[in-house]
Amino acid sequence: MEEMELSGAATANKEAIKEVQEKAGVKITDCYQCGKCSAGCPVAFAMDKTPRQIIRLLQLGMLDEALKSKTIWLCATCQMCSTRCPRDVDLATLMETLRQLAKKKGLVAERNINLFHDIFNFNVKTFGRSPEVLLSALYNFGSGRILQDMGSVPHLFLSGKAHVIPGRVKDRAAVKRIYEKCLEGRD
Amino acid sequence: MKYAYFPGCSLDSTGIEFGTSIKLVSKKLGIELEEIPDWNCCGASSAHLTDHMLSLALPARNLALAEKAGLGDVAVPCAACFIRSKAASEAAKNSPEMKEKISKIIEMDFKAEKEVISFLDLLGKKVGLDKIKAQVTRPLNGLKVASYYGCLLVRPPKIAKSDDNEDPMVMDNVIEALGGEPVTWAYKTECCGAGHVVAKPDVGRKMIHDIVHNAKINGAEAIATACPLCMLNLDMRQKQINAKMGTDLQIPIYYFSELMALTFGDSAKEVGLHRHFVPAEGQMEEVFGRARGEEA
Repeated sequence: MEEMELSGAATANKEAIKEVQEKAGVKITDCYQCGKCSAGCPVAFAMDKTPRQIIRLLQLGMLDEALKSKTIWLCATCQMCSTRCPRDVDLATLMETLRQLAKKKGLVAERNINLFHDIFNFNVKTFGRSPEVLLSALYNFGSGRILQDMGSVPHLFLSGKAHVIPGRVKDRAAVKRIYEKCLEGRD
Repeated sequence: MKYAYFPGCSLDSTGIEFGTSIKLVSKKLGIELEEIPDWNCCGASSAHLTDHMLSLALPARNLALAEKAGLGDVAVPCAACFIRSKAASEAAKNSPEMKEKISKIIEMDFKAEKEVISFLDLLGKKVGLDKIKAQVTRPLNGLKVASYYGCLLVRPPKIAKSDDNEDPMVMDNVIEALGGEPVTWAYKTECCGAGHVVAKPDVGRKMIHDIVHNAKINGAEAIATACPLCMLNLDMRQKQINAKMGTDLQIPIYYFSELMALTFGDSAKEVGLHRHFVPAEGQMEEVFGRARGEEA
């Protein structure tokens, strides 16, 4: 790992980290690094920084390292960490807050995971519901994995689990407005 | 008993068996369900990963629609829809400010006076085990079933207010009431990875594998679930997991409500077992053919 001047980092990121804490409803000084979050995390095996390490990075003022991690994208928001934390640190919400900030800054360490959720949101904004066939099709196309899961397609259609025509909300304009109001001023 | 019904996006598609079995058992148990008119997607994971207010407003619209239609408490099958709807309800109940904020976004007067309940809790707790036992015409004859709750039915505990979040027993108790043998195992509330199996297949597959594997090594003959995505992941992906990870998993996965419907006397065809990916009709035939009290 490259050398770093910690006091400088801590000062530079102080405000930003304070904002993250406020948004997430978390006090990072509550964390005493027991590691219970990492131990219980079902995705920790695939992460570059464990959950515990992410909050440690914030404690050290190293916000950018946290924002660049794959961790915040791999987090499945299963709430195991927040639930088991002996200090009641809502790490799951902290992960989400970091992810939203990272996306805003264009730091997307897991392109496909980001794509998946963008498509999901687009579908719900457009149709009011999430049509699974469309989600898969658009994801496969967007990720370049055209043939992913094609083997399951015949059974999905034959068993009635897949529909070509998406279900729609009559007043889907209302759902669109919800999206617009919540996300106005963002990409 | 009358409930507003919020099926969620997958109940007429990948989660079709859940919807079918819920309707079958509700009929027998005297539960009247009225679908919320023109409901929208709850936002699932994608909404709360994107924006906090969005994640509350989307499910709140459904709850407000239910209120507008004069419906009562809201019963929700899908675990994600349940926890998101409950989150919206609790947020509004706990803060008049938040209730106001949500109402402005959804352009509806959201009162948040009703309760949100998962079908697992509705059937397993509200209706109760005695009423369930009374409906069983052909028991599961000791079928060893691992009850898989997944993450969103019991967490976060302050929102879900369901069962114990480390070792929930609602589903296990239902399985026992149906004549099955609940399996003690370690992955009851372990996340299946949800959409990871699509967007990050190696990671998602391992998460799913570990769950099914743990059920297997603890003696499970079947796994019961209460979430359409957990069901899809555990059921549809076993073949891929075997191919990619060199394993030999062949464990039938059921919605707990399917097991209820089958033991209540509905046929495999009516319940829709043929829709499963891992063949299940054979197992059910064998189970119902077992003599009472004898080991398989």
